[in-house]
Amino acid sequence: MTQENSTLIIKDAETYFVVPISRPDFGSSGKTGSWRTERPVVNEEKCTKCLYCWLYCPEDTILRREDDMVYVDYDYCKGCGICAAVCPVNAIEMVPEVKRGEN
Amino acid sequence: MIKTLTGNYAVAEAAKLARIKVTSAYPITPQTTIVEKLSEMIEKGELEAKMIRVESEHSALAATLGAAAAGSRAFTATASHGLLYMHEVLWWTASARIPVVMAVAARAIGAPWNIHVEHSDVVDQRDTGWIIGIAQENQEVLDMTIQAFRISEDPRVYLPVIVGLDGFILTHTVAPVNVPDQKDVDNWLPPRRQPYVITPESKIAMGNMTSDDDYYMMRYSIQVGQEAAKKVIEEVDQSYGKAFGRYYGGLVECYRCDDADYVMVLMGSWAGDAKEAVKILREKGINAGIARIRFIRPWPAEILREKLYNKKGVLVFDRSISFGNAGQLFTELSSTLYGMTNIRGVIAGLGGVDVLPEDFANEMIDFVNKVEENGKVYDPIKWLFPAKYRNVKIEEVVS
Amino acid sequence: MPVRLADFPRVRYGMPGNAACPGCPETMGLRYVKMALGDDVVLVIPAGCSSVIQGYTPKSGINFPILNIVFASAASAASGMQAAFESQGKDTTVIVWAGDGGTGDIGFQAMSGAAERNDNIMYICADNEAYMNTGIQRSSLTPYGAWTTTTWTGKKEHKKNIPMIMIAHEVPYVATATVGYPQDFIDKLRKAAKIKGFKYIHLLAPDPVGWKFDPSLTAKLGQLAVQTGLFPLYEYENGKLTVSVFSRLYRKPEKRVPIIEYIKVQGRYAQLMKDPEKIKGLEEEIERQWKWIDILEKSSNPSSVAQQIIKENK
Repeated sequence: MTQENSTLIIKDAETYFVVPISRPDFGSSGKTGSWRTERPVVNEEKCTKCLYCWLYCPEDTILRREDDMVYVDYDYCKGCGICAAVCPVNAIEMVPEVKRGEN
Repeated sequence: MIKTLTGNYAVAEAAKLARIKVTSAYPITPQTTIVEKLSEMIEKGELEAKMIRVESEHSALAATLGAAAAGSRAFTATASHGLLYMHEVLWWTASARIPVVMAVAARAIGAPWNIHVEHSDVVDQRDTGWIIGIAQENQEVLDMTIQAFRISEDPRVYLPVIVGLDGFILTHTVAPVNVPDQKDVDNWLPPRRQPYVITPESKIAMGNMTSDDDYYMMRYSIQVGQEAAKKVIEEVDQSYGKAFGRYYGGLVECYRCDDADYVMVLMGSWAGDAKEAVKILREKGINAGIARIRFIRPWPAEILREKLYNKKGVLVFDRSISFGNAGQLFTELSSTLYGMTNIRGVIAGLGGVDVLPEDFANEMIDFVNKVEENGKVYDPIKWLFPAKYRNVKIEEVVS
Repeated sequence: MPVRLADFPRVRYGMPGNAACPGCPETMGLRYVKMALGDDVVLVIPAGCSSVIQGYTPKSGINFPILNIVFASAASAASGMQAAFESQGKDTTVIVWAGDGGTGDIGFQAMSGAAERNDNIMYICADNEAYMNTGIQRSSLTPYGAWTTTTWTGKKEHKKNIPMIMIAHEVPYVATATVGYPQDFIDKLRKAAKIKGFKYIHLLAPDPVGWKFDPSLTAKLGQLAVQTGLFPLYEYENGKLTVSVFSRLYRKPEKRVPIIEYIKVQGRYAQLMKDPEKIKGLEEEIERQWKWIDILEKSSNPSSVAQQIIKENK
């Protein structure tokens, strides 16, 4: 591992001012898609666009196209599987990430 | 306009003149009449502000912080146990860098219950990041409270400020106070400034987690703000002096200390009695003076060093004690003056015990004698017992 | 007003990439707050899971402006913010988003104070029934029989009924909701936001980590809590208690899903599963809930009781 060598240059040490504030932004804990052990895969033929998966997704990582067909933001989806569990027509399958890697 | 005001009413007048928008407090003796007065002013329509009558001091400061974080000038007041109860929120407020002003009616801490003056509650807050001032008399209470808003809201500082006033001796004693005109205060006190506001427009979240490295740098930044406050407090006091004709000396009031051989260091209302003692001592041929600490945070180390390094001796009076060590002013000052001069700490006046001008004078005479006998004196603690116990042998008291 | 999902604009209501555990009910709930109330909202969050979910500065993983505050005084800080907004002529909704500990234990005094003053804030308790953020310790809202790291053999005492305590404060609006029925929660949020004064919503938030269930079941468990009768959905408004649509069917014990369906999927109830006698303790909690509802419903709505008596006599 390389150690990051960051040098903070304080031009005017007498006015150094930092406050503990943040603004809403994606990835405050990084790309949380890497936490996933299973990924939700939408079967567009089965999907009835009822939007239950979109409604219940805790992470807001089920997205809607113009026609309300849903797709997944894999950058941040944590793979909890709620979308698959609430789908009334079983149109979402949870696929193990390991298996995908092998493919 | 000259009014006869108690210290507490002087605080309320000052808060009104500063046009606070929100105040929140919980009753505690001897602070209570501050918020009683503010409540009266609000209900009579003299002060356009909202008062949140909370169920505890912890909530009082939390509500004050909430209002201030949302962008309004906010004020609270407390004392003693109330201050200790809100201690956690003091840290949070200072670290949030949100300007807030709080009056503290300095009072002893139990057990047992004691409602009289002591500085333990105020000095207990030294490490929180707050700027902490203590006034000597009612006029200074009013002036320091108005000044506190400008200090707190100065972008170089952005830290909350405590204005300390001695319980009962100031809070409940009337004295003539020159109350400035609203128009003049409006001209002198700039509109509220703060580093950020938490609103739907700003989208700011304050206080979520941060990396340890950034946390460290935020701590550094608070220290920078405290250091800057030394300059700001002096500037503000001078500017106030120009506008209103009263200047107090910034961080330290130097009373006949420039030509003095021996200097008493203390803070709060009893400085008035000590000043009487200086007169007695000078009549007796001892060149005494006083360095009255007006702000214990930021600690005026440079000024004290400059004023005291070449004195024959420094006698510190603490109205509080850090058990197991010594009085807090003594420990601070002895580190500031390390090796420079003779120094002794006296613990006196705890729980409101009277200390008379003669007491100060006698303590100084005792100290001078010791210095002249020994050449070198380093006495962390000398107890000035209450008059009732002064002639009793310690063994008898303890057993 | 029924909520139609397709009517919601295609925007991100949540804030992906936050620090919440997979299947977190709190990020679900916060998303519904955004859906219901939009942007003119400020949150006050005391210590708890939601203070961690935000992740690290300079980013925040919750899609609202937030004043994070010490554990015990969230409601008071919210009162302060609201007072400031009001004096600035703004009608921004200030919401406390607290956990069960921050509501029913350490934050209770401040909340009770704000409720008594009828301060114009909304208080949402995201109840995951234990101190989850510190590692699953029991709170006064942990239900009977549940394992936590401070109740290894199951909690011996019953869950503190905070919504009923808030009703006793006679605030203008009290409601229960769960992430299992988002439409119901969104309805209640919208209704509450229109009411001036103190509004309390108790949101049951099934927690996969602390309750030890598969994270895909968060919503399902929210629904089961209602269907077993254990967590009735209701509203209390202007002195009148109304059982919400999703709970009406389950006021009759024979219609309820057996409690075993709810507890068998939760690891925290493993002790109960071994000892059927103890399940009775949880069943008592159900009866107690509905007893209070019956009493309040009858006392607040005498005419409907009269009608029922007439109906029964026919």
